[in-house]
Amino acid sequence: MNFIPVILWSDALVFLLLATIIAAVWYVRRHEHLLLPWRRVVHNSVAMVSLLLLSLLLTIGLLDTLHFRVALPQANGSDKVYSPEVLSVFDKLVEPLRAQTEKTYSEPFALRLYARESMSDAQGNIVRDFPRLKYGGAHLADESQRTADILKRALLGGGLGLLVGLLSFYLTHRTLHCASGCDLAASFTTMVLTTLIGAVVSLAAAYHVLGTDKVGQDVLYLSLKSIRTGLIIGTVTTLVTLPLALFLGVAAGYFRGWVDDVIQYIYTVLSSIPSVLLIAAMVLMMQLFIDKHADWFDLAILRADARLVALCLILGLTSWTGLCRLLRGETLKLREMEYIQAAQSFGVSGLRILARHIMPNVMHIVLIALVMDFSALVLAEAVLSYVGVGVDPTMISFGTMINGARLEMGREPMVWWALAAAFGFMLVLVLAANLFADAVRDAFDPRLNRTGP
Amino acid sequence: MIAYLIRRILYAIPILIGVNLLTFALFFVVNTPDDMARMQLGVKRVTQEAIDKWKQQRGYDKPLLLNSAADGADKLTDTIFWKKSASMFVFDFGYSDDGRSIGREIAKRMGPSLTIAIPTFLVGLAVYISFALLMTLFRATVLDMAGVALCVLLMSISGLFYIIGGQFVVSKLWHLVPISGYAGGADSFKFVVLPILIGIAGGIGSSSRWYRTIFLEEIGKDYVRTARAKGLSELRVLFTHVLKNAMIPILTGVVVVIPLLFMGSLLTESFFGIPGLGSYTIDAINAQDFSVVRAMVFLGSVLYIVGLILTDISYTVVDPRVRLQ
Repeated sequence: MNFIPVILWSDALVFLLLATIIAAVWYVRRHEHLLLPWRRVVHNSVAMVSLLLLSLLLTIGLLDTLHFRVALPQANGSDKVYSPEVLSVFDKLVEPLRAQTEKTYSEPFALRLYARESMSDAQGNIVRDFPRLKYGGAHLADESQRTADILKRALLGGGLGLLVGLLSFYLTHRTLHCASGCDLAASFTTMVLTTLIGAVVSLAAAYHVLGTDKVGQDVLYLSLKSIRTGLIIGTVTTLVTLPLALFLGVAAGYFRGWVDDVIQYIYTVLSSIPSVLLIAAMVLMMQLFIDKHADWFDLAILRADARLVALCLILGLTSWTGLCRLLRGETLKLREMEYIQAAQSFGVSGLRILARHIMPNVMHIVLIALVMDFSALVLAEAVLSYVGVGVDPTMISFGTMINGARLEMGREPMVWWALAAAFGFMLVLVLAANLFADAVRDAFDPRLNRTGP
Repeated sequence: MIAYLIRRILYAIPILIGVNLLTFALFFVVNTPDDMARMQLGVKRVTQEAIDKWKQQRGYDKPLLLNSAADGADKLTDTIFWKKSASMFVFDFGYSDDGRSIGREIAKRMGPSLTIAIPTFLVGLAVYISFALLMTLFRATVLDMAGVALCVLLMSISGLFYIIGGQFVVSKLWHLVPISGYAGGADSFKFVVLPILIGIAGGIGSSSRWYRTIFLEEIGKDYVRTARAKGLSELRVLFTHVLKNAMIPILTGVVVVIPLLFMGSLLTESFFGIPGLGSYTIDAINAQDFSVVRAMVFLGSVLYIVGLILTDISYTVVDPRVRLQ
């Protein structure tokens, strides 16, 4: 084999999460009453459009989660040595984007660098000018052809993408036989997306579509890589939040007495510390801890990854209190219901009542809270990275992108594309998540009484 | 009510002790003062003498919990826990790593923080509630839907974008106000107006949407119908009757943050170079000055608990039916 797969801590947690989600989907599919609210979500076009966007981003994130190390070319007889660089399947897919780095900043679709350099012209004189880029538009002999070339590529790629979109539209309608059920908005979005992707792919092959950053890395590549970090912060955190909030909240509400007192005390203490400060304090300590045990992490990416996982852990530890309080209140209400009293009089044990009768009936609150938290966490990552308590500075994320670009605000003319790209991608991710969360809340909220889907 | 307040204040003590113990565990047990010294001195191979000197200068050269070398009460009081952690109960925050009194620094920086925070809070509240009431007025129309869509869009934008974008457009393109900086007295206006506006804009999405749901819950109640039947205009019904009755849920979210206004805003202050408590905290985090972070954590929790008590008191002000016992 020419490579070995590498499973980072964050990867393992993502797989764990994925397995949980698949199990949950499988379980829900077999239970009609659980399926009903999801039918309502499916019938909501805004939800479907945002779900489509989210799944596109999720695919990128998942591809970026399959990591491996390539074997270095070896001398005869010696042991196989693997490159210290950990790559992902996604890196491999967009190899040119990753590898084609320029010297420093260049504007989107630029042919020339953003900084002057001394170079010698045809006569051997030293002149200071903007040098041509190594990769961006390097195939053009004449710079005046740029606009025509960009148009040609965009149309070609976009056209191909549109064709794929139309084909998938036709196929889904053929196979699903949906005269009324299929969502036109979602189909339309699919076509727009495929067209856009087609155009971007065909353009990115020859240009830096979103420009390059300070060390010449392609901004489009950085933005796409940031998606994984954002998704991990938004999702892996729930692995901590969920069990803590669920078990403690339900136990406090059901058992009352001293259990309730202790749990209430814990979450009051935690929630009375302003969250940014608590996160900052914990991250500072974690940083110190990782620095102290630097020898545990033989690769730089392992250290960055450990910081990411620890950040998720910390965010989870500081954000479970709200959900816990909600669940406690709901359980207090539920435990007075007749069916719980019936179970108690049958002699069902407390733990069993919790697991079989109470937890299923608070699940909608959990689900709504988790999807609502997601977007807040993605936004928080950027802020925390700015404050200096976010992800590792070597880790590509929206926060580090914004942080790096912010320092160039004062430059004249301004370097705007890295900031714009980071904010733009973040907006798409968060907006889609917010819209989807709203649809989920509307579908699951029992207070909105309705008949049928 | 007095008895209730005394009970609430007594109840706050175990919580503050919990906060204190938590920060103590975070800052001194998970990582020892030796680790801190090593990080502050910043060199890979630091000698033990240098560490000891650093610890001695800052008073970290004591046992954590129990000083067996001392006699009597000093056994407990001549320790890091007593000197650095428990002393915060009397608001004695000690000294930062650069040797300045944290308490004095907090007192000095409160002013600039409040200059930004209070207008942002008051004007922001008025704007959010008015916007939400207008959406409620036009409920279930295109205007309402457009308003909600705008809110969702605004709350999906990163807070950093408002700051960076605002600085770029207002200060750099239009040259209306300086990009950052601060001056005391009347001069401060041109420095604080942009941070205040940006602070308001940043919260408009989530807050207005939240208030709108509160108002929509009220609008179906009987007293609203009665008010309409009396012939009051819809605007009057909304801005007086509904607003007053929605006060309890609004106050629940709002009063808690009033004491925390002292702490300032981390992002706004550091972007605009305002010498308030927010930028003090950020600087401390960046310089990894743990004594300042510890002080801010404790101060923040005290203010939060004060906010909770104020919330309860405010209920009795807006709703005479509420009695605190």
